Amino acid sequence: MIENVDMSLVDWSRAQFALTAIYHWIFVPLTLGLSFLVAMMETVYVRTGREEWKRMTRFWMTLFGINFAIGVATGIILEFEFGTNWSNYSWFVGDIFGAPLAIEGILAFFLESTFVAVMFFGWNKVSKKFHLASSWLVAIGANLSALWILVANAWMQNPVGMVFNPDTARNEMVDFWAVLFNPVAVDKFLHTIFSGFLLASVFVMGVSAWFLLKKREEWMAKRSILIASIFGLFSSLMVALTGDSSAKTLAVVQPVKFAAFEAHYTGGRNAGLTVIGLLKDSDRNIGEKKEKDFVFSIKIPNMLSIMTGGDKDVYVPGIRELVTGGNNEQNILSVEKKMENGRIALQVLNDYKNAKKANNKEQIESVRNIFRDKSFIDNYFRYFGYAFLRSPEDAIPNVPIAFYSFHLMVMLGFFFIAVCAISIFLLLRGTLQKSRWFLWIVLLSIPLAYIASESGWILAEMGRQPWIIQDLMPVSQAVSHLSVGSVMTTFILFAVLFTALLIAEVSIMIRQIKIGPKHQEE
Amino acid sequence: MISYLFLQYYWWMIISLLAGLLIFLMFVQGGQSMIFSLPVNNSQKTMIINAMGRKWEFTFTTLVTFGGAFFASFPLFYATSFGGAYWLWMAILFSFTIQAIAYEYRSKPANVLGQKTFDIFLLINGTLGPFLIGTAVATFFTGSQFSLDQMNHVRWQTPWHGLEALLNGRNLALGLAVLFLARSNGLLYIINSIDDNDLCRRAVNKLMVNSVAFLAFFLLFVITLLISDAYAVNGKTGQIVIEKFKYLHNFIMMPYALIIFLAGVCAVLYGIGVTIFRRDKKGIWFTGPGTILVVLALFLVAGLNNTSFYPSSFDPGSSLTIKNASSSFFTLKTMMFVSFIIPFVAGYIWYAWKAINNKKITNEEMKEDGHVY
Repeated sequence: MIENVDMSLVDWSRAQFALTAIYHWIFVPLTLGLSFLVAMMETVYVRTGREEWKRMTRFWMTLFGINFAIGVATGIILEFEFGTNWSNYSWFVGDIFGAPLAIEGILAFFLESTFVAVMFFGWNKVSKKFHLASSWLVAIGANLSALWILVANAWMQNPVGMVFNPDTARNEMVDFWAVLFNPVAVDKFLHTIFSGFLLASVFVMGVSAWFLLKKREEWMAKRSILIASIFGLFSSLMVALTGDSSAKTLAVVQPVKFAAFEAHYTGGRNAGLTVIGLLKDSDRNIGEKKEKDFVFSIKIPNMLSIMTGGDKDVYVPGIRELVTGGNNEQNILSVEKKMENGRIALQVLNDYKNAKKANNKEQIESVRNIFRDKSFIDNYFRYFGYAFLRSPEDAIPNVPIAFYSFHLMVMLGFFFIAVCAISIFLLLRGTLQKSRWFLWIVLLSIPLAYIASESGWILAEMGRQPWIIQDLMPVSQAVSHLSVGSVMTTFILFAVLFTALLIAEVSIMIRQIKIGPKHQEE
Repeated sequence: MISYLFLQYYWWMIISLLAGLLIFLMFVQGGQSMIFSLPVNNSQKTMIINAMGRKWEFTFTTLVTFGGAFFASFPLFYATSFGGAYWLWMAILFSFTIQAIAYEYRSKPANVLGQKTFDIFLLINGTLGPFLIGTAVATFFTGSQFSLDQMNHVRWQTPWHGLEALLNGRNLALGLAVLFLARSNGLLYIINSIDDNDLCRRAVNKLMVNSVAFLAFFLLFVITLLISDAYAVNGKTGQIVIEKFKYLHNFIMMPYALIIFLAGVCAVLYGIGVTIFRRDKKGIWFTGPGTILVVLALFLVAGLNNTSFYPSSFDPGSSLTIKNASSSFFTLKTMMFVSFIIPFVAGYIWYAWKAINNKKITNEEMKEDGHVY
């Protein structure tokens, strides 16, 4: 039953999915946030009736449209790649995972696509209020679609609300609300949309800063910066808050990922939080994998224990304990033991399939009863995915990638809080336009916002390796049976296409910014 | 009390309706496929592109929802077909990806790829999209070469991974029928929504050719469908057996499917007929619903009355039916409650559509909004 999987097929399939996801995520956060900013600006226009606000709204709406189209283009590939490249996964969890995707289509995509047409083509065809409502509905639709896809993603990180059906060899949903209100889903949704709001705010602030540096469109630029700074400050604080909550949840449901992004190898009480650090290979090994040491690091003593459990005496397990098993007091099951239990679960499933093949009714009933036994589910089937690991250290993700992506994201997050706060302060003092150094910082912050945003997803997805579904299915078992050449070819095709489209998008976007809002009316 | 079987039927109906809606909305692709051949000047070309461009999102969203709904309700199909017929689906996805940006970017300044590139993207999507989707749907009737192991993991049995479907004449007939239907619907939509006499006259002339081509390929497919053998499911044992004239039997056993089919065909023919012979501009209002009904009926005979909707010609035992490929009772029931919102969604789409289409497209009308593709 344990198949010999061609790892190069797994690697290319992962590379293709990562490529699509990374490109898709360049565009989506701007859509999430800019849609709300545009709706806010239009609200002011409808309330005041001032044409300047309409011009301003239409300028940002044009940029929204350019970005929106390419987000849609990359999104369709992502949805179907679950089937094309991860077909075993699609069957194993389709009963649960498919539902959020379908709801996303029915509830969110139609809302978005219907009213985006009114947004762009309805200025002179519908009333002001209907148009404004359409702009808000596009924003709501975009963020609703984020909700459902993140519910699906969160389920992969923390599978809940299902039972395994040995007859169909798949997991089946038994509690929709558990799936929807999965604690990982709640944290992930809030953290992700607020990060999108923040990125969009930084984008609007950066573009407006460019106008101020060029002494163009000053009326629009100052108001845009004001709205975006307030929205950005609020969002950045929410990002920090939800990030903290997210980390606490991860410490429970994905402790290896949690330890990896802190490069926390040796567990203990009074664990310190690494603010910044540089990693190097250690002399110590876990299996065949080298541990990492810090070349240098700045740590806040006790903070990791306090942030994780609210007390400095809270024990925070390290990667070593999580893999090899801690002492009796720590009560951590080693990966080796989990692999053993997973293999027992797999054997029981094989027995069931063989009994069905032989039509041995007595054995079918007996094995079926095992799958109804809670202790079997909690102690054996829970570790089903470990049966496919080749060695305990396979359970360790790439620590440097997790560590650096996490710390980069967090540092940039705090940087954006400062940028938004300083921006509001300078606006209130009326010295923003004179502070050219700050305007340059704001402008240069645009790429940093994208780096922070992508880092978050790299952490989320690389940090959970080797799992496609935490503890239940490693990526090696999820992949479609395709030739490596096929996947390599589509990877190259998509890489070329997405890159060409990105170049076109950036070029068009820059030109539209340079043209500015006045041109819209000419 | 709702039974599992009822839910499986219910969801097959929803999938069938979505498929019908998708094929109708591919009038956008049909219009795109003629942007080089129908207009005589740039102004007409811009009007065609803008007429289609205001609706492309609906087609795109319906395709995505169709995929999502199939995944949620019949995940074994999603895993088997997408993971197996890899190249066929990838070609379809590729063609839709290049469509999504083409409208927004084609006429924007600093478009580094050039307007012609994006127009060619529209042409590729307009031609390949309907043709390949039609070909892929035809495999619901003609079968594919795959097998499923005891864990329901798919093994495709040809190295072509879906492209072999293009070597089957019946698949090609449906693919071409869908392409010419999309073109016919595209022409009818242009006639209905653009105020340009010369363009409308040319569109009517082109409609004659395209509707004849559609009817020829459609009849070829339907005749071969009615006389072909197909994979039937033994209701008691679940075994798959070959049955002669299975789809003809399905029409006879399910008279409602036959009535839907005939009503759909009549509506399509009426819509084309009044446009060609009476120069009526409202033909799309008949061919559109007619298209939905015809596709709905074809899907019903493909999946209901103990029929395998995704047969395996390599290993008939691996064939997919609405019973063995569906989600669990709980998921189908939960999704049924979600589906109750569909009439509300259809309502606001209708309202917004009418609001945008209340003025015919002209050069002046396009300038009014300032958002010209």
